[in-house]
Amino acid sequence: MNQPVDVLIIGAGASGAAVAWSLADTKMHILCLDQGGWMKQSEYPSTGRDWEAKFYGEWATSPNIRGRPEDYPINDDNSPIKVVNFNAVGGSTIMYTAHWPRLHPSDFRVKTLDGVADDWPIDYDTLVPFFEENDRMMGVSGLSGDPLSPLTHPPMPPQPLGLSGPLIGKAMNKLGWHWWPSDTTVATTDYEGRARCINLGHCTPACAQGAKASTDITYWPQAIRAGVELKTHCRVREITVNEDGMASGAIYYDQDGKEQFQAAEVVIIACNGVGTPRLLLNSVSGKFPNGLANSSGLVGKNLMFHPYAQIYGFVKEPTDSNRAPPTCLWSKEFYDTDLSRGFVRGYGVQFGRGAGPVFEAVASEQKGILPWGKDHHRVFRKLNGHRMHFSAICEDLPEEHNRVTLDPVLKDGHGIPAPKIDYTLSENSQKMMDYALARGREFLEAAGATDICVNSPIPWGGWHLLGTARMGTDPERSVVNEWGRSHDVKNLFIVDGSVFVTSGGVNPTSTIQAIALYVADQMKSRLANLFD
Amino acid sequence: MIVEKSLTAAQRDDLRVISGMMIPQSDEYKVPGADDAAIQGDILATLGRDTKMVAAALDHVAKLAGKSLASLDEAKREAVVTEFRASGGAPAATLARVILQCYYRDDRVLRSLGIELRAPFPKGHVLPDGDWSILDPVKARGGSMRRAP
Repeated sequence: MNQPVDVLIIGAGASGAAVAWSLADTKMHILCLDQGGWMKQSEYPSTGRDWEAKFYGEWATSPNIRGRPEDYPINDDNSPIKVVNFNAVGGSTIMYTAHWPRLHPSDFRVKTLDGVADDWPIDYDTLVPFFEENDRMMGVSGLSGDPLSPLTHPPMPPQPLGLSGPLIGKAMNKLGWHWWPSDTTVATTDYEGRARCINLGHCTPACAQGAKASTDITYWPQAIRAGVELKTHCRVREITVNEDGMASGAIYYDQDGKEQFQAAEVVIIACNGVGTPRLLLNSVSGKFPNGLANSSGLVGKNLMFHPYAQIYGFVKEPTDSNRAPPTCLWSKEFYDTDLSRGFVRGYGVQFGRGAGPVFEAVASEQKGILPWGKDHHRVFRKLNGHRMHFSAICEDLPEEHNRVTLDPVLKDGHGIPAPKIDYTLSENSQKMMDYALARGREFLEAAGATDICVNSPIPWGGWHLLGTARMGTDPERSVVNEWGRSHDVKNLFIVDGSVFVTSGGVNPTSTIQAIALYVADQMKSRLANLFD
Repeated sequence: MIVEKSLTAAQRDDLRVISGMMIPQSDEYKVPGADDAAIQGDILATLGRDTKMVAAALDHVAKLAGKSLASLDEAKREAVVTEFRASGGAPAATLARVILQCYYRDDRVLRSLGIELRAPFPKGHVLPDGDWSILDPVKARGGSMRRAP
């Protein structure tokens, strides 16, 4: 029999770690359950000579390809964009590019400014102290003063420009377009026990140096020292409710596959925009026959991905390829609405420094630009180490038909119904992507690139899982209120990307964590009447 | 090895032939072909989860060839491989990938490319800081974010 806890957090990734750390100072009994385990840096891909090959197998970004016991399958056949994630302590911060933009102030007022989607019930200024606190905790490098981005104060200097940075910068200058060194969570100096980046160059599938911030090495050590308990390899099947319609705890499978019940006074879900609706929809009861916290019918709906429109080419000069973090610069030139472009809203751009030899060979062979036969060697030497990317992160507007439901057949290793994704690109997204590709082509031409190739959308580009339990003041049009509490279940909170009302056109992890800290702060300030 | 036994002798023969057609040996670049015995050994030893798809790809090759690819003359092999690349789908892509991922980690090949024979960790790489004056035009142009009401 597990002892009841005050707070049960489900998920130890980006948001679960942040909320656990913040709530720890209440001295409540806080327990976090995660379906994954602790990762070992000594076993990360870049420690071995087969570092690139692992990206196609046990370190694939797609859980369907990776198939670790900690993963759950996702039916994403009916989506041009496939879900990618990682399941472990640290969640998808183990396997991300560490690109660290924030949503812009205008992103919180989309309806007011552009007449589409909905405004958020909170604004950017509300989140500023939490963005700042999160940047300090995660350890951010960058250059303050970007005129087209929110003001940030990175505690570490930006990544070196390397070989690729000047090539990218010169091309953008030729076009008169904005660019700036990215804020990233790659430590450029020794920082809070983390060693500085030594340019392993294979950042996305985990950093063996520990220079890239993942919450297993940032928030969790501090949260655990402050008394938070974390149980690994515990997969939650459902959240239970009592006769008053309050969450009473969760049923989960422990490391041995044994069913367990954990009672809790408060339940916080931090399972991402696919895992969270999956859990809520699997939590069916007499009081909540359509899934928990779903009186609005919006649980699982309004899924937003950020379609990536990527265009790349090859320049004569050598680029950094696999000898640097993959992203170092961004552009906000096309971030804000300009209706003359033929679509509403906009996109951020992240530039890529290149790829390693195996990735280059595989991708170029698939694209048909690397021939078989005698000419293979000459062409490969022209391509390898000369790649330059332009990737537009297109704002995805919420549409109810883009959704997460439960697959009627597919189940995970514990027999829990798997999520099913139904997603189509909107006409607005398609126009934005086409426009971005045209601008990307101009950029590549300005850089002198040839052999131009396109991935639009990037098929395995569903990193950003947003909107499926949206935040709002109207219980009929949202799942949680303006401080993350379920409208229907007064002791149930959601802190991950599910609560996003709109997606912005940037990587969301910084904003997800700022929201998690904000929700924790709201909870702490309302402890006396948290359930009113 | 268990994995090696998962491909039949005929499949291994065709794997070697198709590997050599994809990446032939080159005196100019001083590199072996992908049909080199050590590279073939690496492919067979590390097929792992890709075994089923690779076997399916090689079965497809044999079906197109009517017999083993290895038994055909050069012109017929070319025709079969052209058809295979057009119609092979995911198994063909997997086969190409496993050949490439083993070829481009071979010491002789990496040496020819000027790449150090080591894992990225723990040595890492040195990155030049670069000339930051190229940011001056962006600073000079300035600009501002869209205001939110």
